[in-house]
Amino acid sequence: MELSLKHREARRNGAGWLAVYAASVFAFLYLPIVVLIVYSFNRDGVGGFPPQHLTIEWYRQLAGDQAIWDAVWNSLLVALAATVTALALGLPAALALDRVSFPGKALFRRLVLLPLILPGIITGLSLLMLAVFAGMKLSLWTVLLGHGIALLSVATTELFAGIQKMDRAQEEASLDLGAAYWRTFWRVTLPNLRLPLVAAALLIFTLSVDEIAVSFFLIGRDNTLPLEIWGRLRRGMTPEINAVSTIIFVFSVALILVSYRLRTRGAREPEGAADVLQATFQGDQP
Amino acid sequence: MYSRAYKAAVALPPLFWVALFLLLPYSLLFAHSFWSVASGAIVRQWSLHNYAELAHNWMYAQVLFRSMKIAGAVTLLALLLGYPLAYYLSFCAGPQKQLLYQLVIVPLWVSYLVRGYAWKTILGSDGVLNGFLQYLGIVSTPVEFFLYSPFAVVLTLTHIYTPFTFLPLFASLEHIPRHLVEASQDLGASPRVTFWRVIFPLSLPGLLAGATFAFVLTLGDFLAPLLVGGPSGIMISNVVVSLFGAAYDWPLGAAISVCMLLLVVGILFAIERLEKRWSFH
Repeated sequence: MELSLKHREARRNGAGWLAVYAASVFAFLYLPIVVLIVYSFNRDGVGGFPPQHLTIEWYRQLAGDQAIWDAVWNSLLVALAATVTALALGLPAALALDRVSFPGKALFRRLVLLPLILPGIITGLSLLMLAVFAGMKLSLWTVLLGHGIALLSVATTELFAGIQKMDRAQEEASLDLGAAYWRTFWRVTLPNLRLPLVAAALLIFTLSVDEIAVSFFLIGRDNTLPLEIWGRLRRGMTPEINAVSTIIFVFSVALILVSYRLRTRGAREPEGAADVLQATFQGDQP
Repeated sequence: MYSRAYKAAVALPPLFWVALFLLLPYSLLFAHSFWSVASGAIVRQWSLHNYAELAHNWMYAQVLFRSMKIAGAVTLLALLLGYPLAYYLSFCAGPQKQLLYQLVIVPLWVSYLVRGYAWKTILGSDGVLNGFLQYLGIVSTPVEFFLYSPFAVVLTLTHIYTPFTFLPLFASLEHIPRHLVEASQDLGASPRVTFWRVIFPLSLPGLLAGATFAFVLTLGDFLAPLLVGGPSGIMISNVVVSLFGAAYDWPLGAAISVCMLLLVVGILFAIERLEKRWSFH
């Protein structure tokens, strides 16, 4: 009895220390983000302490900066096209992994997931070699190709998880009642996969907008936003970069909120992204 | 249940796409690593000459070793930060669990580049940290060694990969049946014994997945070293980047990439083996 009391007290103390520790980890995770946002309003540049003279001057400069807006536009175009490509191929890939057995299926599954876990530089360089080999000029098209293939892994994993959770009886009923395959696909399969599709689309879109390692090797004359920022960093840092980063941050958080709502509505487990990671290491799921 | 036509329709397009844009490029990388370069053009003659160069020139092994040290440090730090955090959320957070979980995810979605840049503005010699220290009067002249050092690379990458490490850790802690923990407590085990004998062993698959992710992604990183690393923070991928750029020796760069690829695949293979053995589900 006394022993258990002692343990209870130890447990309570431990939980207290753990809470403090967890709070400091959160502080570490958020410190750079807070600094970034605060200094986007600092008149005297990105360094120094304390920040003084609040201003929205940097946002005003940003608004008039055509190169940045061109890059934003390019990024959005690429992300949109990459999302469509990855979903259009990821859905059949997920269906194939779920219900078709073909020679080399295990290899195919691993290959699809490879860009998720391989350092981006390897995928980027390989695709650069392909582009040179095929005589393609580097442009936004090659970047799109890179994103389309690298993010196929995300689409396939997310959609495969969706298919696994789908109620199969509906598809079977539709087929038994004589509906053709494509009709069943349009009327039953696709509507059932609506939520995973939207969730995957948001994830892929965000990842594409942020992608830099693969794009780094495939970019032509027109920059995507991360590469435009990258180019400016070499010339020096200004709070304008903080300002555009702050906007990206707000934009990403908004997207997370949307996708989170979709996920919880679709009654998914909270560890969606963890599933992706786990799946990458385990051969027996995709 | 599904016809041949249906199976072909769903399987062929992705197979074709993956073969053309994934298998072929990786094969090209592999092929390049056996070719060579002479007077600015790639010579398609097969030899092991690039690999001999890698084995011969001590510099490459050294940079690879440094990259692995940095990756090891980042992995360790990410686990030290991520594990207690995951444990706290899973066992102590109560009703706030979901909210806190989302709070860990948010930084994960913040652009990699943006976070690297933020650390650059913090660590620089006229950066925020130096300004802060001078403001408090702790130092009178800016401290130079914060930025452009392996330390800066480790710090930045730890910040980036801690949430990645957290995710599988949290998932595996969440999957531990709570009655096992209660049984251990009811039988009189101290919290410490309960943790080390029950919880920790059951969380090993998640720990392994998180550690692998942090290690592998750090190992291949080339942006953080360029951003905050300086010459002493150069990693193996930076060597590859320069071989593909100014130095123009694609075959040698490809050979290094193949070594990296084999290293990564080898690690994944070993981890998969370990995980099968440790998995209790």
